[in-house]
Amino acid sequence: MTPASTRRDFLSALGGGIVVLCVIDEPADAQESGRRSGGGDARPAEISAWLHIGEDGRVTVFTGKTEVGQNIRTSLTQAVAEELHAPVESIKMLMADTGLTPFDMGTFGSRTTPTMAPQLRKAAAAAREALMDLAVSEWKVDRSTVQVVDGKVTCNGHAVRFGELTHGSQFVQSIQAEPKLTPTLEWKVAGRTIPKVDGRDFVTGRHRYSTDLKRPGMLYGKVLRPVAFGAKLTSLDDSSAAQIPGVTVAHEGEFAAVAAPDAETANSALAALKADWKSEPQPSDRDLFAYLKANAEAGEDRDARGSVEKGMAEADHKVTATYTIAYIAHIPLEPRAAVAEWNGDKLTVWTGTQRPFGVREELASAFQIPEERIRVIVPDTGSGYGGKHSGECATEAARLAKAAGKPVKVVWTRQEEFTWSYFRPGGVIDISAGVRADGRISAWEFHNYNSGPSGMQLTYEIPNRRMVFHPSKSPLRQGSYRGLAATANHFARESHVDDLAQAVGIDPLEFRLKNLKDERQRAVLQAAAEKFAWGKHKASGLSIGFEKGSYLAMCAEVAIEGGRPKILRVVQAFECGAVVNPDHLRNQVEGAIVMAIGGALFEQLHFADGKILNPMLSRYRVPRFSDVPVIETVLVDRKDLPSAGAGETPIVGLAPAVGNAIFAATGKRLRSMPMAGALS
Amino acid sequence: MGHGVPTNLSAAIYPTFNSPFSPAALSLVHNEGMAQVTELHVNGTKHRVNASSDRSLLSVLRDDLDLTGAKYGCGEGQCGACTVLLDGQAVRSCITRISAAAGKRITTIEGLERNGTLHPLQEAFLETGAMQCGYCTSGMILSGVSLLAQNASPSEAEIVHGMQGNICRCGTYPRIVAAVRLAALHQKTIRRAS
Repeated sequence: MTPASTRRDFLSALGGGIVVLCVIDEPADAQESGRRSGGGDARPAEISAWLHIGEDGRVTVFTGKTEVGQNIRTSLTQAVAEELHAPVESIKMLMADTGLTPFDMGTFGSRTTPTMAPQLRKAAAAAREALMDLAVSEWKVDRSTVQVVDGKVTCNGHAVRFGELTHGSQFVQSIQAEPKLTPTLEWKVAGRTIPKVDGRDFVTGRHRYSTDLKRPGMLYGKVLRPVAFGAKLTSLDDSSAAQIPGVTVAHEGEFAAVAAPDAETANSALAALKADWKSEPQPSDRDLFAYLKANAEAGEDRDARGSVEKGMAEADHKVTATYTIAYIAHIPLEPRAAVAEWNGDKLTVWTGTQRPFGVREELASAFQIPEERIRVIVPDTGSGYGGKHSGECATEAARLAKAAGKPVKVVWTRQEEFTWSYFRPGGVIDISAGVRADGRISAWEFHNYNSGPSGMQLTYEIPNRRMVFHPSKSPLRQGSYRGLAATANHFARESHVDDLAQAVGIDPLEFRLKNLKDERQRAVLQAAAEKFAWGKHKASGLSIGFEKGSYLAMCAEVAIEGGRPKILRVVQAFECGAVVNPDHLRNQVEGAIVMAIGGALFEQLHFADGKILNPMLSRYRVPRFSDVPVIETVLVDRKDLPSAGAGETPIVGLAPAVGNAIFAATGKRLRSMPMAGALS
Repeated sequence: MGHGVPTNLSAAIYPTFNSPFSPAALSLVHNEGMAQVTELHVNGTKHRVNASSDRSLLSVLRDDLDLTGAKYGCGEGQCGACTVLLDGQAVRSCITRISAAAGKRITTIEGLERNGTLHPLQEAFLETGAMQCGYCTSGMILSGVSLLAQNASPSEAEIVHGMQGNICRCGTYPRIVAAVRLAALHQKTIRRAS
């Protein structure tokens, strides 16, 4: 298909009304929102989102982004309502369906608010202008007398609904130029708290997650898992499983799985598979940090300025230390799940993922079929935290559905999720730094082994610096996690900066301010310190951070109870430009703080010989009600700055603030995450 | 490089939630002689089922009756996503055999709304924005309803203690505490008015 005919087909499918297309014309923009390079798409590739106002006046917004609890279904609706001058209730977001929505690279990296929201705002503003144009030509009036208010087009007391102006025709508009957007200070709908748009579906249990879906004739699938990571299947006897009535066995290379009319039969069939595996010895978590350093690459300098040697020579005090970070699991409460259905050579999969188009690509490659024969639909999902980028469960369900000739649902058990998903990388961080007696940091050398380069950058003014990320051989499958390595790098950096302050005998707040010029960084630090009443509490610590366009500062107060740190109170000041929905932003900040408690204090995967040793919630502690301190958030609303995403960065400040508070309370510097065990 | 090797399991340092909902306790009420369960009372209605008595209540509710509000989260009674009420008392349906539920009043999240009116705790969850992804919400609400039935005006500490067995991985705990308090307040007002 040529691009022109693709666009024609796609538009005719939309029907009458007003269509506004967001056209990507900037290469940089295209990269951010994930413009695809190849063909094979059923819709025009250069369009990142579109908005349709039907003849019935209903507004539908199409975007490939996924809702995983970050409440973008609500915030994007607000963005459209603001510019379209239409009630929030009249707008429906159609999200993350590769058969209906435009291509999108995925929902990660806190990109929805800075990238997708402005595009939708522009589309809505263009739609509003188009409605006014239609009114002007129909009513033969001066444009200055026409207004769009509360979902209606009005002129001299006359008001009509949006749909009445199009009379069954289709008006198509592409926006490439900048339409006039409402200045942040004049926002009426955006910038305010509105409740989750479909909240009622969640408190009534009506919302159907992937795990809840059923298709006619659907079977339940179970996959045979290797005895250890990387184990090879040497033999499989499926004869007894295949004899169970209703059971289909699928066996292809290393993949062996069963499907049955009910989950119990599927479990029995799985247990009846007799398999032999060959596995190799593998490193354990006890050897992890030595292993990561032994297998590290030289890496590349991320930020090298001045001369570290010179800076160290100028220093009056030098501090060198090593920090370690354990592997941890995401544990989205909804495990991986998929329902797959073949109709002839076409495949439809419902699955919880942050990358519907990525999963489509995985399926296309697994079955060697073109992407346009595959549709991936993502119901609003039971969270991801960076852990649902991949489509292994979708592929498993599709393989089984193909073998059985019926739709198949696969839901991973918690143990499978703990073992066969991927994890936040463990890592080792070495820091050497020098400080002058006047409190100026003169040298900073930072090496991260394996955990990642995110959040390594400094907002401190340090003239001599060298920062290197060393990829290593990872003993476990690792991948994205909320905030990536920024948590590890902030933990190491902010703990180390506290040591430098201690070395020169300057208060940690004063010491940081002495080394900071960045106004946004200073502003959040001062806001947090003021709210916390820094200096009035003994066992307290602080941290600062900057990542993905957002700034934060945290203060924490702890108590040591029975050899265990207990976090009593935390304050976080957070700034991500103009605030879109204050309450949902607060919710993200609070949630990230609570999630961070786990990695800071007690979350840790134990493993040996290719097996996770604590793959269940009774052996892997996650934060619960009793772990939650008093949480106070200060949102620094910068209406003069573009909005940045906020789903990730609020997680990075807790561990170092708590570590620094533990140091203040006990004099013990804890340099390994999780920290809880080290005091007893 | 002298970095410390973790020698202690985090679970040993921070004992995990001590579940009162252990499968062993439930097996005591399991009637070995009953092979099939043919009827369940769910949300005020008698439902015909044909399920072997040792199946989990969660699987029968979800797979046989298509009541999917109760969620699978861990399968070991640790997360509370599967919580339903048996005669008004919260249980973990993933480790409850249907033989233990037969003959009792089962309430799922789908049964809380009455004639289009939400339960005060459902309302309170909306008012306080006590969710993000919402996957834990059904179980949280039913645990909260059970708690409020036993203690009409719980203190914050009592709420934390009573809800400790439910996990919200998105970390909305402070809002859930606020929602339970708000619902308690609403119920008190309703009681005074009537």
